[in-house]
Amino acid sequence: MDHAATTPMRASAIAAMMPFLDGVYANPSGSHRFARLARKSVDEARDLIASLVGCKPGEIVFTGCGTESDNAAIVGVVRRRGGVAVCPAAEHHAVLHCVEHLGGRVVAVDANGAVDLDALRTALDDSVSSVSVMAVNNETGVITDMRAVSALVRRHAPNAVLHTDAVQAACWIDLRDLWPLVDSMAVSAHKFGGPKGVGALIVREGVTFEPIVLGGGQERDRRSGTHNVAGIVAMAEALRATDAERSHEVARISALRDTLLAGLSAIPGVRRTVPDSVSVPGVAHVCIADVESESLLYLLDEADVCASAASACASGAMEPSHVLLAMGVEREWSAGALRLSMGHTTTAADVERTVQVVTAAVERIRTAAARLKRA
Amino acid sequence: MKVLIAMSGGVDSSVAAALLVEQGHDVVGVTMRLWGGESDTGCCSVSDVDDARRVAQQIGIDHLVFNFTDEFHRDVVEPYVNDHALGVTPNPCIECNRHLKFDRLHERAIVLGFDAVATGHHARVVERDGVHRLARGHDSAKDQSYVVHMLDQRQLSRTMFPVGEMNKADVRAHAERLGLRTAGKPDSQDVCFITTSKDDDGRSGRSAFLARRIPLHVGEIVDTEGARIGEVEAVEMVTLGQRRGVGGGGGTKRFVVDVDVPGRRVVVGPEAMLLTDREVVGQVSWSSSAVAGAVRVQCSAHGDANLADIETDTDGNVVVRWREPQRRISPGQSAVFYDEAGEVVLGGGVVNSPRVRPGRDGHTNIDFT
Repeated sequence: MDHAATTPMRASAIAAMMPFLDGVYANPSGSHRFARLARKSVDEARDLIASLVGCKPGEIVFTGCGTESDNAAIVGVVRRRGGVAVCPAAEHHAVLHCVEHLGGRVVAVDANGAVDLDALRTALDDSVSSVSVMAVNNETGVITDMRAVSALVRRHAPNAVLHTDAVQAACWIDLRDLWPLVDSMAVSAHKFGGPKGVGALIVREGVTFEPIVLGGGQERDRRSGTHNVAGIVAMAEALRATDAERSHEVARISALRDTLLAGLSAIPGVRRTVPDSVSVPGVAHVCIADVESESLLYLLDEADVCASAASACASGAMEPSHVLLAMGVEREWSAGALRLSMGHTTTAADVERTVQVVTAAVERIRTAAARLKRA
Repeated sequence: MKVLIAMSGGVDSSVAAALLVEQGHDVVGVTMRLWGGESDTGCCSVSDVDDARRVAQQIGIDHLVFNFTDEFHRDVVEPYVNDHALGVTPNPCIECNRHLKFDRLHERAIVLGFDAVATGHHARVVERDGVHRLARGHDSAKDQSYVVHMLDQRQLSRTMFPVGEMNKADVRAHAERLGLRTAGKPDSQDVCFITTSKDDDGRSGRSAFLARRIPLHVGEIVDTEGARIGEVEAVEMVTLGQRRGVGGGGGTKRFVVDVDVPGRRVVVGPEAMLLTDREVVGQVSWSSSAVAGAVRVQCSAHGDANLADIETDTDGNVVVRWREPQRRISPGQSAVFYDEAGEVVLGGGVVNSPRVRPGRDGHTNIDFT
């Protein structure tokens, strides 16, 4: 129940990458027949992804991950054009830390964790060169109204490149609907059944940025480094399968989420963090009173239910969620944060068992705590 | 038994974990992340967590990281800073053991269904007639019973010190035999959340750390006659009994005999002025029941345990009457009571004796009333 952290690879994506791990190992930048074979596969993957996003093939820059895509879009744009970077406070650290590093403006979010449009408007002016707003939040699953954000940015910061971190969106939102609203967009293969270590930055023709990885000039001088051929091919296949199944999966997972939340709501002191109406179906985020996330996750893990609470730091310790903090969730609730997230392999049986295990774990923690208090 | 072992990434806790596994316990390792500061100075650095995790992987146990940075800040760092502002010399390691390892971690362990919490301290828990006693570690040079003295019966009954029966050399030899990466790691020193290196202005780590949190004041150094000898950079950092940095030349050895933070004054005098025949100890905890009468009292991690008689006064403080006069103990330091043999911990607390003000005539006016 941790698909928002990463997803199992789709069998078709594994099959797609295998020939490039065991066989076609050539560097696509070479000039011999095997290089041309590898090059063809990268080109075809690029065409396929372009058709799934609704962009031109030349607008796709293959990168090493979603974080790198965000870095290239934000740091790269500001280095090229100067000016001010802007993002909301609940962004993924891949965006937030870039904007902070550049000394940019961090704007407030509303109680659901989506960008506060009034706050955003106040932060926009002619000096703003980069605005970055995530399409779907990785902790709470809240969906940003990108249409409204786009209109606001075009009107009040006409010089800005509008970037969106769509890493959590690909499974649930048609990227063809998202792409026309923005100038650049980051995706990561492992969030939709592809391998880790490969992502893409989709960047509109004519929007230039200073590359953050310099070297051999691959990806039209926008991202140097030998192509991860197997990863790129697998990412394209994973996105194809995700796109083909999307409407079916949205319906199926929405039903599972309803079951999950109905079950969790039966536990006293469980609060839904954001309403279903503004969240993607794959994420059920709740806060549980009188429970510490670390304890809960340990007991869940012991019972073979894998979940998470917030992002972990370099040591592996759970950090208090900056997203919940930005939303104004009180400390006593955010201390008991639990994110259950689902995807293409999640079944009704998984959900049923999760409800049982969470219910038992919460009960156990509260009983033990009450006994300690009495002693 | 299901045992949660606190793994710092050092050799003692690594071997302790390995011993528990060898003894057939169901073991889970945990590293407490305590300090949110720069991640590669001192304790809880990423590399220490890495060491703990790699050792856990090697001996085949799960490894967790618990984030107790809020509690550490509230219960250890803030009191440490505030004590300095008052001219008190705290012992943060003891407060960390009290509040984090044996309170917070014990509670967490109970909630998660563990029967016991283990650490790599050199101390022993001995059960006799249903009473759990805390005894010194087998290796007297490495004994750490002083820093874990606050354990009560409830905690002692759930505590294990697997390396307490071993010499440090044997611990290292065991680590080498198992091929643990921490076998040759040096013992930890100093205050874990303060870097030992000097900063760009040449200030010590402790001075820079405190200066970022509280105002530090220049203090005047005077002799017992009140004559000015020199000054110290920060009166908040001077400790009773200190010799370094307050000398002022001349033939006789001079010690700090009084620290007056509000008055920004440090008085130095001969060693004889440091001697006292009693101390008052507050915040007392007992291993089992309260004790009065003849005991040995130890006032630093590896100091001597000297004979004294103790009794609890009407305020709940313990008054220590030394058999032989001893140097005064800086307020904030822990005094630990051992049995007359000096082997078993009976209890302990924090020294809060009233200040002893040197009189104008050069004699000591002890204001015990």
